[in-house]
Amino acid sequence: MTSNIVEIDNLSFGYNGRVLHKGINMAFPKGKVVAIMGGSGSGKTTLLRLIGGQVKPTKGEVRVNGQVVHEQSRDGIYQLRRSMGMLFQHGALFTDLSVFDNVAFPMRELTDLPESMIRDLVLLKLNAVGLRGAYKFMPTELSGGMARRVALARAVALDPSIIMYDEPFAGLDPISMGVICGLIRSLNDALGATSIIVSHDVKETFLIADYVYFVANGEVAAEGTPEDLMQSTLPFVHQFVHGEKDGPVPFHYAAPDYRAQLLG
Amino acid sequence: MINIIVNMVSRLLRGIGSRMIARVWRLGAGTRLFMLAIVYSGESFRRFHLTLREVYFTGVMSLLIIIVSAFFVGMVLALQGYNTLQKYGSSEAIGVLVALALVRELGPVVTALLFAGRAGTAITAEIGLMKTTEQLSAMEMMAVNPIARVVAPRFWAGVISMPILAALFSMVGVLGGYLVAVPLIGVDDGAFWSQMQANVDVRADIINGVIKSVVFGVACTMIALFEGFDAPPTAEGVSHATTRTVVISSLTVLGLDFVLTSFMLVV
Repeated sequence: MTSNIVEIDNLSFGYNGRVLHKGINMAFPKGKVVAIMGGSGSGKTTLLRLIGGQVKPTKGEVRVNGQVVHEQSRDGIYQLRRSMGMLFQHGALFTDLSVFDNVAFPMRELTDLPESMIRDLVLLKLNAVGLRGAYKFMPTELSGGMARRVALARAVALDPSIIMYDEPFAGLDPISMGVICGLIRSLNDALGATSIIVSHDVKETFLIADYVYFVANGEVAAEGTPEDLMQSTLPFVHQFVHGEKDGPVPFHYAAPDYRAQLLG
Repeated sequence: MINIIVNMVSRLLRGIGSRMIARVWRLGAGTRLFMLAIVYSGESFRRFHLTLREVYFTGVMSLLIIIVSAFFVGMVLALQGYNTLQKYGSSEAIGVLVALALVRELGPVVTALLFAGRAGTAITAEIGLMKTTEQLSAMEMMAVNPIARVVAPRFWAGVISMPILAALFSMVGVLGGYLVAVPLIGVDDGAFWSQMQANVDVRADIINGVIKSVVFGVACTMIALFEGFDAPPTAEGVSHATTRTVVISSLTVLGLDFVLTSFMLVV
């Protein structure tokens, strides 16, 4: 019996004639925090959408709890998603609902819990992210970091076994970044869940991840523990981890001859 | 030279073909969304408070524009009608003219046009922004069906609101017409109301008007919902979708009005 809760097997995906992934293999063991890293446009977020069954692979498969995601019916996919929570890049809070109602949303929609119990659970979740005092606020009254924390409380509202994070650190100030970083690890350990983080923030991700996959040119370019990858001599990993301007990923996008373009 | 002409013609034909395919595709996608909204209506009715909330936003919030417009439309109708009718010595028929014009045509049509501009654009912009800010994706990932949660309640709210708004439009319009015809111009009070009562038929006039407004409600709300759902997730995409909602809804309402009126007059 495998201990991997999510497995990506020989997966290929593309659209409009553009190939995004070519034969990707990944495994996400139970209880671990696994990061998928890579440059912008490398298809990291699409991998989360493939795991969630929002798009179908052109080849290969994604298995969640041993079930092939793209072979499931709509009801089957919804059933799988009930065991998942997802934090979107900008939170994706429902702007017409208060903080309290946003966190209560999945409970009200997917369970028959009485309102008194929902109230207690929502306050528990909000307390876990430090925003119990902001339960009356509307999303427009929150800072970026607070909105991300509310979205995190909503993502874990039903105690999912898989939590997916899409660029959880993007656009946050250092304090909020540290808070989110700590919450991802502590919530994962407290819930006994598996976390999948898509990010290009090396420092924060390496701090909390147990294992990291680097995606480049549609393939897994490197994988290993953060310590292994810090020492990696692979040119792409070295450029990415140390934030070097030029390397295998060139500074200049492919362009015609500079002189010829200026003069012609 | 021939090559250039052939190329131009083929480019033109390709352009027309691709536009036609895009239109047919959108029509198909819109019909599919409509069918899904019907299929998931049961799920949505179980939480009827969602539909009631949307009735408030689409219907109640449109009341002001509907009432004010209806008042002016009724007053103008009375002025113009009196101007023509008095030449034939039948100025007492002003009440019938105002009532029939409103109940049969102007009530449902102008209400639908105002609805498309006020509530339709709001629906498109809201759903377009929900898509842009990943709220619909978030719902999907929470195993909550956005068709049942977002589309179906708004659809039924539009279908419920439109006939009520059209009825209010006709009622206020008649009142506006009365104020101009009776106190202002001096048409006989009794003649105004009695002629109206005698000549407005419930089945041929009022029921047909209600049928029109229900059809316009379905069309306007579905167009607004589809445009929001189909909007590219960018500021420009949502802005274009909102404009398309008004243009397509207005043309659809006017076209449907002609078809329905022809059908009703024949039957």
